[in-house]
Amino acid sequence: MAKLKSVGELEALRKSITGKRDPKKAVITVCNGTGCHAHGCKAVTAAFQDEVKKQKLQNTVDIRATGCHGFCERGPLVVIKPKDIFYQRVRVKDVPEILTETIGKGNVIERMLYTDRAPGKKITCESDVPFYKLQKRLVFGNNGLIDPTSIEDYLAVGGYAALAKALKMKPEAIIDEVKKAGLRGRGGGGFPTGNKWESTRKAKGKTKYVICNADEGDPGAYMDRSLVEGNPHSFLEGMIIGAYAIGANQGYIYIRNEYPLAVRHVHIAIEQAEASGLLGKNILGSGFNFDIKVQRGGGAFICGESTALMASLEGRVGEPRAKYIHTSDQGLWGQPTNLNNVETWANVPLIINNGADWYRQIGTKNSKGTKIFSLVGNITNTGLVEVPMGITLREIIYDLGGGIPKGRKFKAVQTGGPSGGVIPESLLDLPVDFDELVKVGSMMGSGGMIVMDDKTCMVNIANYFVSFLEGESCGKCVPCREGLQQMKYILTGITEGRGKKGDIELLEELSAVLVDAALCALGQQAPNPVLSTIKYFRDEYEAHINDKQCPAGVCNLEAVKVK
Amino acid sequence: MSPKELKSKAKQALQKHQHDKSLLVDILQDIQSEVGYLPKEVLQETSKGLGVPLSRVYSVATFFKAFSLTPRGRHLINVCMGTACHVRGAVKVMEKIEQELKVKRGETTKDLKFTLETVNCVGACALGPMVIIGEDYHGEMTPEGIVSVLKDYN
Repeated sequence: MAKLKSVGELEALRKSITGKRDPKKAVITVCNGTGCHAHGCKAVTAAFQDEVKKQKLQNTVDIRATGCHGFCERGPLVVIKPKDIFYQRVRVKDVPEILTETIGKGNVIERMLYTDRAPGKKITCESDVPFYKLQKRLVFGNNGLIDPTSIEDYLAVGGYAALAKALKMKPEAIIDEVKKAGLRGRGGGGFPTGNKWESTRKAKGKTKYVICNADEGDPGAYMDRSLVEGNPHSFLEGMIIGAYAIGANQGYIYIRNEYPLAVRHVHIAIEQAEASGLLGKNILGSGFNFDIKVQRGGGAFICGESTALMASLEGRVGEPRAKYIHTSDQGLWGQPTNLNNVETWANVPLIINNGADWYRQIGTKNSKGTKIFSLVGNITNTGLVEVPMGITLREIIYDLGGGIPKGRKFKAVQTGGPSGGVIPESLLDLPVDFDELVKVGSMMGSGGMIVMDDKTCMVNIANYFVSFLEGESCGKCVPCREGLQQMKYILTGITEGRGKKGDIELLEELSAVLVDAALCALGQQAPNPVLSTIKYFRDEYEAHINDKQCPAGVCNLEAVKVK
Repeated sequence: MSPKELKSKAKQALQKHQHDKSLLVDILQDIQSEVGYLPKEVLQETSKGLGVPLSRVYSVATFFKAFSLTPRGRHLINVCMGTACHVRGAVKVMEKIEQELKVKRGETTKDLKFTLETVNCVGACALGPMVIIGEDYHGEMTPEGIVSVLKDYN
């Protein structure tokens, strides 16, 4: 592709791409996210391509392998545009029938339609499926429409229009717009993005950096992966806009190596953006230069912490440092650095395109916009959901998530990753936003939402998270390294029948030390799962300790009893 | 691989990344995917090629979970221990594999067939418990299921 030298050339290219596409021509989109890969979507996509040739339908229908649609539970997912017919659990053997019946004759095949649980009726259109209907897919919506390896697809849905607009604005005006929109960091901290940009812009330093944190380490959270896999240009565009506003010419993407498909797609997207003059020197003739390098992580959870990530980027061990000097003043290589998470960057083009006033209308007073959650665990509809801030947990779990499977009872939902807290049924009507979740002892985190049924033991869960964090603690500061080990020792004792009086109080005491004295967020927030389970499920701890019983029937306390 | 071959593998990776110190993790990752693990020779070569102390290369190589200083099996088994898989019974699947292969997590079978590792989350939570062998994703695993899956690998 020839390098675009101006905004005019970009718009002309967009016109020629959309002009060539017939909006009435059928497109079969096959979800190719990691979830559907595990369901075998690769073979389904290949079968569609072969069958189209066999039936000579090249002029009637296009096949498009798209990013994650979010409804991982029902994969492989197939959506036929423009009619929006939604087929789920599609197998290779279904492919010829879809082409002859649905594409050829326009008949809908009932067998593959989604059945709504309550009324038991079949639903034809994707947008009518409750799982999608109640979402507000602003950031995530294009995932299902575009082939993530095609920059043309991204341009066809209005991609890089925000960049074109931003390059005509003053950097300060862009920062003001982001501030006014009220965008807060989606990686977990919830820090106001515009303020961070402003500090980095104003910081003294010749070279400035922007970083995209794609080291999504929270188990049970995979929204960033789906964005990088499914729509990599969206967050690249956000990064370029941010770099221009901040005055940075070099960017880094730090990405988890456990996500091979995401790594591949981000490389492709960068190459395409460079070839089109959207990255590199003199972007769209504006005089602004910006390059992006990709670095793969090494499988350390702590590298999601900004200073640890930067240490790792410098080729050192990923240990965090105390933040009395902000990274916006001295970050990577001692230079002013702005780090945001994938989802935060992906929100930026939306704000620039539609304006802060539009963005502010969505969400709650202090948490604006939407948030993508990954709804996993003991839930009927596992998958990714993008919802406006302020929606209640009950709506997410029951209306979108379809409730608890196997006729079991809801017990708790854990939000905020391993250092988040568990939330009991009594608080299900809580509106979800950054501040409300903190108030009840949990946090937003990066958006993992793990639903647990009544067969889940809360002491076991607390032990699971503490063990996880103990394993991932970098070992630099004593409270975290030693404190977590002691907590794990006590919790393991309780789950194995060796719990004794005073254990709960000791756990609370250790927790208080960690909160006050640990160096970084990993240690400071590590007590959340313990404290929240003690707060809401104290009786379970007591049953383990006093009666040597596990009410959920998970822990094996018998071994000790017999002795 | 002979020490000479190992050195040349390290040199290739160093060249690919233009001897950029900041890409140490990436360089080690490339070498490991070529060699299978990180023997002493490649660590020394990397230290020399980047001009960073061997102690630092060693500390990075031992800090990150992705790296191994000992040879690994032909098939790398990664059992997902993420929260979603945990609440769906990943522990039982893990225990069955340990029992079946007579190794603990982090270890390699004597015949160098399998290395057993854990991963924190692969983002295929809808299909938990998840076991990844090489590049194959095996979803909805059970203790019984994993035994027959393991038989497919040799």
